[in-house]
Amino acid sequence: MSSTLDVPPRERSHGEAPGGASRAASRARRRRSGWLTPYLFLAPWFAGLLFITAGPIAASAYLSFTDYSLIGAPEWIGLDNFQRMFDDPRFYQSLKVTFIYVVVSVPIQLAFALFLAMILDRGLRGLALYRSIYYLPSLIGGSVAIAILWRQIFGSDGLLNQVLRFVGFENPPGWVSDPDYALGTLIILNVWTFGAPMVIFLAGLRQIPTMYYEAASLDGAGKVRQFVQVTLPLLSPIIFFNLVLQTINAFQTFTQAFIVSGGTGGPADSTLFYTLYLYQRGFGNFDMGYASALAWFLLLIVGGLTAINFIAAKYWVFYGD
Amino acid sequence: MATDLTVAPPVAATEKLPDRKKKQRPRWLAHIVLILGALLMLYPLLWMLSSSFKFTEDIFSQTGLIPERVTTENYPDGWTALPRDFGHYIWNSLVIVVGSIIGNLLACSAAAYAFARLDFRFKKFWFAVMLGTMMLPIHVVIVPQYILFAELDWINTYWPLIVPKLLATDGFFIFLMVQFIRGIPLELDEAARIDGCGHFAIFWRIVIPLSVPALATTAIFTFIWTWNDFFSQLIFLTDPEMYTVPVALRTFVDATSQTPWGPVFAMSIVALAPVFGFFLAGQRYLVRGIATTGLK
Repeated sequence: MSSTLDVPPRERSHGEAPGGASRAASRARRRRSGWLTPYLFLAPWFAGLLFITAGPIAASAYLSFTDYSLIGAPEWIGLDNFQRMFDDPRFYQSLKVTFIYVVVSVPIQLAFALFLAMILDRGLRGLALYRSIYYLPSLIGGSVAIAILWRQIFGSDGLLNQVLRFVGFENPPGWVSDPDYALGTLIILNVWTFGAPMVIFLAGLRQIPTMYYEAASLDGAGKVRQFVQVTLPLLSPIIFFNLVLQTINAFQTFTQAFIVSGGTGGPADSTLFYTLYLYQRGFGNFDMGYASALAWFLLLIVGGLTAINFIAAKYWVFYGD
Repeated sequence: MATDLTVAPPVAATEKLPDRKKKQRPRWLAHIVLILGALLMLYPLLWMLSSSFKFTEDIFSQTGLIPERVTTENYPDGWTALPRDFGHYIWNSLVIVVGSIIGNLLACSAAAYAFARLDFRFKKFWFAVMLGTMMLPIHVVIVPQYILFAELDWINTYWPLIVPKLLATDGFFIFLMVQFIRGIPLELDEAARIDGCGHFAIFWRIVIPLSVPALATTAIFTFIWTWNDFFSQLIFLTDPEMYTVPVALRTFVDATSQTPWGPVFAMSIVALAPVFGFFLAGQRYLVRGIATTGLK
């Protein structure tokens, strides 16, 4: 040990053969302090797991079997919360609203994302500028400011209706105050944020070797055929990735519905998203037991959907060789 | 073509070659589609910006982008419309944002170093757990978190919003950093070790300085997400003194039956401006960040 320390650092790193004395010394040092080191690096993360993520999951499992309003101790009531949940029309309404939102907005959003990614992938001038412009809404789509803007645009005297009246529609609906259309305005908002999956598609398209297209075109395949038989299969892992990600994101939509409906999920519960209902029960009524039951059900849905996506992926995702 | 392929390194073959484009439709068509699309996408934002300089009564009659009558009154009006001036809410937001950025940078990079460079028991299992937490909706854990923070008397303080970041709960950033650190040549670690560095010195003096792009991505995304975050701030900050920008903004459209749209739009622009700023400054990192991990 001491002999190696006497050598000036630069000499050591150059001159000595690997596996020499210094290597042995460092190995010894690692042995001495070794086993604890990873846990020191991970200490904050383990604490977070215990108190912020995994711990609370377990705690909410327990709470879902209790009646608890923050005052006094949680009271064990068995399956009552789940019983109530399955008799609760607003629970079903919130599920319905959320499912419609996810099933309608995610595919449209991904279709736009793929369409624009394919246009942008042609090596056009100004690619970076276009990409930035299209990506921008993704960054701010979930903010309160944008939700407020949406509330104005789709209000009964909002921007959209001014335009509609100008072109001759006498009585356009009051979009956000009409139960038939309120959810639609939020679907449009989600579609508007197609930039994030678009950027991911662009990165994926770059990976497809040009020779496949050349081979296909030599074999007489047209553009549509090339898209169906080359682009789609080779891009399927990316499509899958985007699908999972955007589905999970869409399931957690809260801010937009909260702002547009003023926290009520209205009109007539037409924008009562699942997370909004959970918020109302937990932090409006302080019905923590019931809210925990709702939270666990959400976890099962998100987990289940992810699993379904993964299983379905086996049949249509092509991972190459 | 054949000679190209033999001369070029294998990577080049997978890159786009210009030949592919030769038989395509004229480019101006694509440009027109893209420009129209971009205008449609940006119109609501531009209209909000222009409306923040209109009189409130004009907002409901002017669909154009150029105000017929210009006023700057909306900004001072909106700034002072709530019980505290808007600067107070910006300050609250900034404290939380800066705390979150510091937390994520330190805690996530430390955890990432362990996952990328160190060996320990059940490493694969813990890594899988970490990936699992990435998918975890915050709504699932918010109730127990609230109870915990209420027990600690932390409701209406900054802590419930900063402490989770100090505890590396944003798995996305750990994952991003693990991917990045794996790309740093191991020889550098070896060399440092031979020079007498332990793991902490390697982490601090080799890995951290070389991870600046990943750290920048983390900082920018943490800024934007925390600045825009509404759900947890709504729950943990109920005292108007503690309101952050999004929570304060929401009281505008909530409290008054007649929304003062001019001032509201002005403050919405104030709320969005920092995001635009970071977006313009950090585009490079943002695009790389999304391309590797699919962040939004």
